[in-house]
Amino acid sequence: MSNSLLWYTTRGAGVVSLLLLTGVVVLGVLSVRRFEAAGWPRFLTVGLHRNVSLLALVFLGVHILTAVVDPFTSLGWVPVLIPFGSYYRTFWLGLGTVAFELLLAIVVTSLLRAFIGAWAWRLVHWLAYAAWPIAVLHGIGTGTDAGSFWLLAIQVLCAVAVLAAVALRLLTSSPDPLAADRARFRERVSREP
Amino acid sequence: MTAPTLLGGPAGAESFAEHQRRLGARPLGSPALIEHIERSGLVGRGGASFPAGAKWRAVASGAGPAVVIANGAEGEPLSHKDQVLMATRPHLVIDGAQLAAESVGADRIFLYVGESHRAALAAMASALQQRPAVERARTRLLPAPPTYTAGEETAAVHFVNERVATPTAIPPRPFEAGVDGRPTLVQNVESLAHAALLARNLFPDTVLLTVGGGVARPGVYELHTGGSVGEALGLAGGARTGARAVLLGGYFGGWIDAAAAAGFALDPRRLKAAGGSLGCGVMWVLDPRSDPLLETARVIQHLAEESAAQCGPCFFGLRSLAGAAARLAGGQPERSDLPNLHRWVDMVRGRGACRHPDGAVAFMASALQVFAPEYAAAGRRAL
Amino acid sequence: MAREEIWIDRTKCDGHRLCAELLPELITLDDWGYPIIAAGPVPEHLLEHARRAVAACPVLALRLRTLSQPSPSRN
Repeated sequence: MSNSLLWYTTRGAGVVSLLLLTGVVVLGVLSVRRFEAAGWPRFLTVGLHRNVSLLALVFLGVHILTAVVDPFTSLGWVPVLIPFGSYYRTFWLGLGTVAFELLLAIVVTSLLRAFIGAWAWRLVHWLAYAAWPIAVLHGIGTGTDAGSFWLLAIQVLCAVAVLAAVALRLLTSSPDPLAADRARFRERVSREP
Repeated sequence: MTAPTLLGGPAGAESFAEHQRRLGARPLGSPALIEHIERSGLVGRGGASFPAGAKWRAVASGAGPAVVIANGAEGEPLSHKDQVLMATRPHLVIDGAQLAAESVGADRIFLYVGESHRAALAAMASALQQRPAVERARTRLLPAPPTYTAGEETAAVHFVNERVATPTAIPPRPFEAGVDGRPTLVQNVESLAHAALLARNLFPDTVLLTVGGGVARPGVYELHTGGSVGEALGLAGGARTGARAVLLGGYFGGWIDAAAAAGFALDPRRLKAAGGSLGCGVMWVLDPRSDPLLETARVIQHLAEESAAQCGPCFFGLRSLAGAAARLAGGQPERSDLPNLHRWVDMVRGRGACRHPDGAVAFMASALQVFAPEYAAAGRRAL
Repeated sequence: MAREEIWIDRTKCDGHRLCAELLPELITLDDWGYPIIAAGPVPEHLLEHARRAVAACPVLALRLRTLSQPSPSRN
């Protein structure tokens, strides 16, 4: 297989992964803030969030696979799972490994949610807010065409989208109408051991 | 000589020595006691009127060592019988708890006493200190938060487990898996006191009642179950003339027309057949000077405020009911208020994790029935 | 074939309403946005939809139970 083809596939799959993962974060915030509109039911937001994340994993898989088999990079399989285990751009590539593993943890716990329970699932899911920026930094640090206009534009667009989503998450309150009263009552009936 | 009763005997908190002198040492609990209780037909006095023997048997047949919780939380504002019982006859209650533990195979006992019932709490604490070492080692006094739902059996178990008195979803019920996942007997303190007498082959067949509202001498009274509501009211000096209705069973009970109520037998089974329920033994007479719609609105408001806010239909349903009831009582209802009361009673029933909303809507339904003319008149005032 | 019913943990339900969207034949919403679940076994032809609705609940408040369960549940 041509070196350039592999390299471009790695780069392309990486960018697509970034776009999809950005979509996943936005959809995740829309889910927890219970977004719905005419013709856009709740299950659509939740379903898209799930399916887009699985699609992102596929592109991530292509991204990683083509990077590993590419004779030019001579990465080997170790850096796929061991962060900072490569000689090539050790730190920035390592970030990619970290982001990949965080994402894997999030997806696996989500698929097995019924078995691990809501609390454990939630705890791991919070890591999404760490995984995304780490992935972006990985992209910036390992890119050979970091100066390319299109790449920059995409990265800025994605950053704006995620910042907006995070702002929405932080600045609006939980739509759960019972949240405050439930906590207040629990306080009333809790005692020290 | 009158048959021994729960409250009969010297006034004030009875000491262990006095208790032993009056009733003799307690026997040991055993599976035979469970059978004895089943045959006696003793029902729980916490409000649900569930056969006590069946409950003990269910816990006894569970796997592994069990746990007993003596439920003296008494979060019902109109009820004082448990407090009075614990304050004056704490050793009867503790006897019952020990007997229950020995009969169902429990190795731990919790005395769950409402923290705002200070006299009861003090009496139970001091009584526990007077007990033999083997009982003291396995028994612990645990003050309960003063909320309505703290006395609900899953809330009691939750509190023992995690010090948070909110009800939990079932299954599992406490008798299957409760404290530390073990079969747990949650039994009202009056029921346990009855068991303590039954174990000594004494069966007064009485019930404790809190009589209040429009009566001359409100208070806690003990009456033979063969008696009637009218007799019970008579013990309290009789209902005020012109009293329209009686609230039987407390906030989770229901209004009964006063004239009809007088003849009701106190026996739980016969009362149920007549459409009433003694519940936790509250008999609260609606004073003829009081407005039934206002009193009803007050009760439903209290029940709404006491919702644990875990289940939407309970929290919002009771609040909506309270709002509509208050507007109808206040004379400025909306057109949908009265129809909504009927609709919401059906909509809320059975849709909480515990029976708090069920009790509340049963109460509301009884008000809509007994005070139908008043509600109809109030509804017509809607703009 | 074992008959199954939908069981809901009312203390977990936060009114996300995905279940009502995915199983409107059996689940409707009350005046406050919480699910009213039709009692009894799930009809054969709706079982797959019921499974999807149960899986979709963001707080895992729903479960499908076989009707032979001894302990009666509150719905």
